[in-house]
Amino acid sequence: MNELFYDAAPNATRVAPARPAPREYPEKPAEVTLFGTCVVDLFFPEAGLDAIRLLEREGIRVHFPQAQSCCGQPAWTSGYVKEARDVARSQLNVLDNGLPVVVPSGSCAGMFRQHYRDVFAEEPATLKRVDDLAARTFELTEFLLHVCKVEWRDLGQPTQIALHTSCSARREMNTHLHARELLAKLDKVERLDHDHESECCGFGGTFSVRMPEVSGAMVLDKTRALRESGAVEMVTADGGCLLNINGSLEKQKQAFRGRHLASFLWQRISGEGEP
Amino acid sequence: MNQRIPVTELTSSFRGRATEALADGQLRNNFRVAMDSLMQKRADAFPDEQEREGLRELGNHIKARALSRLPDLLEQLEAKLTENGVHVHWAETTEEANRIVHAIIESKQGSQVVKGKSMVSEEMEMNDYLADRDIECLESDMGEYIVQLDGEKPSHIIMPAIHKNRRQVSQLFHSKLGVEATEDVNELIQIGRRTLRKKFLEADVGVSGVNFAIAETGTLLLVENEGNGRMSTTVPPVHVAVTGIEKVVGNLRDVVPLLSLLTRSALGQPITTYVNMISGPRKADELDGPEEVHLVLLDNGRSGAFADAQLRQTLNCIRCGACMNHCPVYTRVGGHTYGEVYPGPIGKIVTPHMVGLDHVPDHPSASSLCGACGEVCPVKIPIPELLQRLRQENVKSPDEPAVVQGGGAKYSWKERALWRMWMALNTRPTLYKCFLWAATRLGKLTPKNLGPWTENHTAPVPAPRSLHDLAKAHLNAGQNRGEQP
Repeated sequence: MNELFYDAAPNATRVAPARPAPREYPEKPAEVTLFGTCVVDLFFPEAGLDAIRLLEREGIRVHFPQAQSCCGQPAWTSGYVKEARDVARSQLNVLDNGLPVVVPSGSCAGMFRQHYRDVFAEEPATLKRVDDLAARTFELTEFLLHVCKVEWRDLGQPTQIALHTSCSARREMNTHLHARELLAKLDKVERLDHDHESECCGFGGTFSVRMPEVSGAMVLDKTRALRESGAVEMVTADGGCLLNINGSLEKQKQAFRGRHLASFLWQRISGEGEP
Repeated sequence: MNQRIPVTELTSSFRGRATEALADGQLRNNFRVAMDSLMQKRADAFPDEQEREGLRELGNHIKARALSRLPDLLEQLEAKLTENGVHVHWAETTEEANRIVHAIIESKQGSQVVKGKSMVSEEMEMNDYLADRDIECLESDMGEYIVQLDGEKPSHIIMPAIHKNRRQVSQLFHSKLGVEATEDVNELIQIGRRTLRKKFLEADVGVSGVNFAIAETGTLLLVENEGNGRMSTTVPPVHVAVTGIEKVVGNLRDVVPLLSLLTRSALGQPITTYVNMISGPRKADELDGPEEVHLVLLDNGRSGAFADAQLRQTLNCIRCGACMNHCPVYTRVGGHTYGEVYPGPIGKIVTPHMVGLDHVPDHPSASSLCGACGEVCPVKIPIPELLQRLRQENVKSPDEPAVVQGGGAKYSWKERALWRMWMALNTRPTLYKCFLWAATRLGKLTPKNLGPWTENHTAPVPAPRSLHDLAKAHLNAGQNRGEQP
């Protein structure tokens, strides 16, 4: 079939890969930078701290530059290019120390790795720094699994959980299976499948406020599927989804809740907070 | 669900129609069941991931290559078709295309038309145009026939009546055709067929769409499962095909992988029941086929999309509908919510070129950018990326040049000012930390009502201490590990 490539289109434009090729991972570094993400910063700071603890447990010195803020995604996905670019540029500056950048959220990591090239498409001079950041960026679960190659002892009580994986982890970062593998290392944690696992929870940043009717229907279906899995709680590696799902569950007055994967993992292996 | 704005005030917008569709339990169930089954069928049709990805890559290359030579290929197609005895017509607008079709029918003193499935004819609203001129145009595809009978538009590009279940079709046939109500699908199909058979023989003109127009050989390729396309294009004495200019490909070899991608992505079929290859009218020594064949090539905004290297990718589309089948938004609201001929993710990126962004200002936003559409697209159209681009075009201010017609439809200085403030906050670390300080300390004062967000969620309350704070304290405590603030 390759003969059909006989004259590739001269004007063929770039196609965003739906599933990036598996990447090659470096040796475990001595130091990393944590990019906390704005959602974790404000709403789930403990999860960010637990991410730091997980990394430190692997003997890694963690930096948290105080000048970091947001990756720029909200403006970018809303169509505000200039505003997104300025915010992205300030993060590029903050993260310019050459260290690996670990991000406890698939969508912000995906922004660094996939979308900054588009954000700076009109600034060829910046693209080198963009590519450099992209190469150094790791989503937390892939970093723990493939770079740290963690081995853990599960100190928690037996439990059953459901795992929610974000669309950006699935389609931009190709990291959606990493959380499964990490959880599989915990011998007293049973992961229960839920219906339509690969379907979007309906967050989509400003989509949830621009299209509240459709978004609301999506999160309602998602929370129902999670509850019906029979799990006692949900874990996810993405702050945006967590905000969406927990906010909806609370609105529905359900006791069932989600938790950031970093917090769940830290509790299991440290034994902290266990009865 | 909490409805902030009365539905009656919203019905002309995407959001209004979405609200209505979401409230229709039967509709939601019909779509969920249908789309789940179609997703499974597609997955089963591509058991080998590597083969699938290679084929998609190939499909993308073939389409991109064809588009890169679009003017040349169209000229070659016209020359070859003319040589084969096919009359070729060019139409810039749907109005022009309708005039051409009407003139052909009129020249034959025709009054009855049978039509195979064609989305371009829907784009032209051909049925209405001809009806206004006393020409009956009967849809011969079963799904199209059902929606036509009910006075509706298709709600899916491959399965026009997917929003109806058998009970609803039974009731429709009972009330419109006076037949006894039956929920036996075979019997329902026979009822439709009995009506249509007679019409094929009576029709003066048959109309069809085109799946691929092959430049090198001057061949019009048409796939279908019911045989009605073959009847429409061979039984009446005149056949008129209508197609968008983007359907042209170089040669027959190009079609093989595209066809395989099309049928497998659409319905999970290895191939359709019928693959029609039309290369001219009936020849002197042939027993059947039309005496005259016409092709109408429609632009309708396509050359506008063609002019922009990124937006050109919308023209890759081979109309398989896989993006709809996999879209969590489409699955919940159905095709009619989009209010235009092409629904779903692909509709959101092709429609603005046809009718202008100002006619569909909500389309680019009606997506969570989950990426399911781009993931399944057989020709790798980066739909989420194009939606994002259209969002940019949508919020452009009036003094910026509009790339897409109707661009800037969603421009609002208030919203822009809000993003400017957000930008200031996120580019000035001191300001951002002041914001964190205030938000974490005053979090408890978060209002209970946050507009659209609190329709579906409780208001999120900021944590008492930000990660900036916690990290600083933690890293300082740990033997000066980490960066000094």
